[in-house]
Amino acid sequence: MINADRLNLPATSIEWTLPSSRKVAIACLIITETAMFTIFVVAYVFYIGKSLVGPYPSEVLETPILSTICLLASSLTIVMAERAFKRESLVGFRLWWSTTILLAAIFLGSTAAEWKSLIVDHHLTISTNLFGTTFYSLVGLHASHVIVGLSLLTLVLVFSLKNKIRRADGERIEMLSWYWHFVDAVWVVVFTVVYVVGR
Amino acid sequence: MVAANPEIPWTGPLASPSIVTRLHELVVTVDHKKLGLMYIASALFFLVVAGLMAAVIRLQLAFPNSDVVAPDTFNRLFTVHGTAMVFFVGMPIVAGLANYLVPLMIGARDMAFPRLNAFGFWMFLFGALLLYFSYIGAPGLSGHGSAPDVGWFAYAPLTGRAFSRGNSTDYWTLSLLVSGIGSLASSVNVIATAFGMRSPGMTLMRMPLFVWMLVVVSAMMFIAIPPLTAAQVMLLIDRFLGGNFFNTQSGGSAVLWQHFFWIFGHPEVYVLMIPGFACASEIIPVFSRKPIFGYSAMVGATVMIAFVSMGVWAHHMFSVGMTSVGNTFFMISTMAISVPTGIKIFNWLATMYGGKIRFELPMLCCLAFLFQFLIAGLTGIMLAAVPFDWQLTDSYFVVAHFHYVLIGGMLFCVFAGIYYWYPKATGRMLNKKLGLWHVALFFIGFHLTFDTMHIPGLLGMPRRIYTYDPGRGWEILNLITSIGVIFQIAGVACLAWNIIRSARRGEKAGDDPWDAWTLEWATTSPPPEYNFETVPAVRSARPLWDLKHPEDPDWKYE
Amino acid sequence: MLTLFAVALSASCVFADDASGVTNIFKPNGAPAHAIVDYTMLVLAVCAVIFVIVVALLVYTVVRFRQRRGDKDHEPPQVYGSNQIELAWTVIPILIVFVLTLVTARSIAEVQNAAPPSKALNVTVVGHQWWWEIRYPDQGVVTANELHVPVSDPDHRTPTFLKLESADVAHSFWVPQLAGKTDVIPNRDNLMWIEPTTPGTFLGNCAEYCGTQHARMLIRVIVHPTGEFEKWVTSQQSNAVNEIQVKAGHDIFFSTSCVNCHTINGTESRGKFGPDLTHLMSRETLGSGAAPNTPEKLRAWVRDPQSLKQGCYMPDMQLTDEQEDELVRYLLTLN
Repeated sequence: MINADRLNLPATSIEWTLPSSRKVAIACLIITETAMFTIFVVAYVFYIGKSLVGPYPSEVLETPILSTICLLASSLTIVMAERAFKRESLVGFRLWWSTTILLAAIFLGSTAAEWKSLIVDHHLTISTNLFGTTFYSLVGLHASHVIVGLSLLTLVLVFSLKNKIRRADGERIEMLSWYWHFVDAVWVVVFTVVYVVGR
Repeated sequence: MVAANPEIPWTGPLASPSIVTRLHELVVTVDHKKLGLMYIASALFFLVVAGLMAAVIRLQLAFPNSDVVAPDTFNRLFTVHGTAMVFFVGMPIVAGLANYLVPLMIGARDMAFPRLNAFGFWMFLFGALLLYFSYIGAPGLSGHGSAPDVGWFAYAPLTGRAFSRGNSTDYWTLSLLVSGIGSLASSVNVIATAFGMRSPGMTLMRMPLFVWMLVVVSAMMFIAIPPLTAAQVMLLIDRFLGGNFFNTQSGGSAVLWQHFFWIFGHPEVYVLMIPGFACASEIIPVFSRKPIFGYSAMVGATVMIAFVSMGVWAHHMFSVGMTSVGNTFFMISTMAISVPTGIKIFNWLATMYGGKIRFELPMLCCLAFLFQFLIAGLTGIMLAAVPFDWQLTDSYFVVAHFHYVLIGGMLFCVFAGIYYWYPKATGRMLNKKLGLWHVALFFIGFHLTFDTMHIPGLLGMPRRIYTYDPGRGWEILNLITSIGVIFQIAGVACLAWNIIRSARRGEKAGDDPWDAWTLEWATTSPPPEYNFETVPAVRSARPLWDLKHPEDPDWKYE
Repeated sequence: MLTLFAVALSASCVFADDASGVTNIFKPNGAPAHAIVDYTMLVLAVCAVIFVIVVALLVYTVVRFRQRRGDKDHEPPQVYGSNQIELAWTVIPILIVFVLTLVTARSIAEVQNAAPPSKALNVTVVGHQWWWEIRYPDQGVVTANELHVPVSDPDHRTPTFLKLESADVAHSFWVPQLAGKTDVIPNRDNLMWIEPTTPGTFLGNCAEYCGTQHARMLIRVIVHPTGEFEKWVTSQQSNAVNEIQVKAGHDIFFSTSCVNCHTINGTESRGKFGPDLTHLMSRETLGSGAAPNTPEKLRAWVRDPQSLKQGCYMPDMQLTDEQEDELVRYLLTLN
């Protein structure tokens, strides 16, 4: 019977560092989500100019400057929050983290307002035409990811308010911030495709 | 027998767990070995169910103008057969092999995320049950529909509200969405485990090839499955929210669905096949008594296959009316993928060359695999030859080709893997005589069916037809094809009986019945829950070879 | 053994004599089917050579290097690999693939990018669930399930160019002896061409699963000898006869909802959902191959189409026996 003990070859003392499983897993998740978003973006781009009936993008879309600035700024604030965490400044962490949440909420609220205007004022729904279908799907997919991120961010805020965050949670918080940066990066692409190219 | 452990009620010489306790343990387990075996057991179960559906299909097609089943029933049969075989037989076998063997092979105690592992399994199982539930649940309020009948790749606009009434298509969509999430979870887990939990000294280039190939497969999964998920979400939006993604009446494109589906679908078939290669890459060396020839080349070839497979998808669409430029591009990429695949076949041959080949059951299955996969690859080249493909696509030639790959290739490797690792998982050997009956009967049946099946395709028989007229030259060929099924059923029955019987009455296996070289053979059979008493350190790709041959260890030649 | 059996079987089937109804892709009738076969022979030859070489290697290896009895004591030399050999069996396949891709690219262009000569016949084929509408826009003829074309003479060629449209879901137009298949997809016009050089009837099938009766969506291409095609066109251009003897059946047709789906030229029946019936009796089959076009089968169809083609979209009109008799007598006059 082979005993695994005997495999412990003593000769070379091996320097053995392995990548963190958590980081690998979140990286994989981000790649997966990228693939998913890519398909929705491809569909959007493919159908640009192909709607048989209106309303058409140039008629109804207004560039969401404010909400974009808020979302992109939230990437900065989350980095500030991580730095505060590393400095072990709980107050600083809570401050920057809440700011991130606030900025995300503004983004979502702005999206909601935009959609309300599109549906009620311009009668553009997901079934109206190809533009409606691809627009609501792509922007909606992104918004749903913001909602998920926002929920997780809020959860972490609650934990920090209850003094349950420890130094060892640093990697978990970093993973959440990776996800958040990913959501922002997707918005850059969506914004470009929908509000710049597609109009 | 595991030593008595007060926390687990049925260990120890006097305990005997009730069936409820055993089932409960399975429901709550996060142990990679139990989950791996659950994946494989479920896959084998669905193999039998979907296989019986194929038997009914063949019964219907054995004679012209047959009415064994109604047209709609037939259409549901081939749809559910295909869907189940790919997603509820092939994918869980991949997941099961990965989950059982990867931690053992890298000297880890479990996967990186055990709970995610369990989540993945239950998502798969619920997805599978959802598909079969459609037979009962689909009629719904309108009374229309039953199981899905749109074909396993569900082309638009046949799947739209207008042409697919009731909820049958929605069951297809949802069952695959649910199990797809499970597959994604499983694949992320495999990558995280292989990268983050290797035992000391096991650099990436010292991992068993099996692990390498499952890493590549997992990467392919989480890049290729999202396009399917996206397309399915789009289909749901079309069907339930009036979306226009694939609604040709409002300018949507039916071909877009095909692109999205096959961007998933082609890597998917490599996801199914490469784990077969992984089994062969472990078994052929052991039974040739030589290390795999060209380890780095095998790794490189696998990675190349993964990359190129992302760029060949439209070879399923050569008849759709793409421009000659489009057709030529995909023809080139498809032909190109034969190069790394061929390299692998040559490497396996070179492994055997100069060795001492032992004709045990795992090796017999691998030899059949080599022969059959060669043929499958060559018919693949014929299909890549675009003008020829314009005749062959959507005919029985294609059906024969892909069954050749999946059964002649993948399933034979799975058989090899079962014969090889069953002793490790259960502590008992499978019965050799029953095994030979299984392999012989199945080999005969497989060839009767699938060799013959190529010919009706050459004679103009399209696929997915519930019957055909006499006088087309198809009758005798279909009859022979159908007769082969009888032998396959007999063969599988032998295997099933062998698996069940040998669990209690098989010859005791010991730790290392095959005199093999990877870490899973360094622990007991079956392994304890914690896999290894001490985490082993390694110095080469074949740690047990080094141990058994201290005068000629692998690490001297690195 | 089994492989030899398979090869023998294929050879016998593929190279056997022509039986009518057998649609062997290796018995092409005119370009482009011919171009495909010529090209295919090269591909098959390459594959055959590769097969023979690799199988020979496999068999040799298995026989030569099997473990002999009593030879379990020592392991064979442990060879890890060889860069030169890897290179060899990488470069050689790349060369083979390179040649194949060049030949294939040329063949693709030859078939796909052929320009229609001025004398080409233009036909529009519209795929429906589960029948084919065939329109001759230049001749003003509309028929169903049978595509009539003139034979093409190498000296003055008359190929037929088909524009493929779909009225509902994706279909595929496949007549193996005349050309490769081309899909018929809604919201997308595809073009293909045939140029048969031998007259006769050539069968084909819909080759893209399109629902319940995909299996019974046959195509018949009737290639007319020189001079005959024009006669066929003329007969198809005429309106339906209106004989007094079958007035009862005629009235039944026009008072029930038949007119909503079917067109009969020369009458007010202008329905577009179902096949054009103006020259129904000039066709060989009913229901795109579901049954031969005989009076008995016609009666069975009129009585209950579901009995001949279950799931098709023509309902059972619930006529009485006498009504059916009259109606069939009327339909039989639609030559």
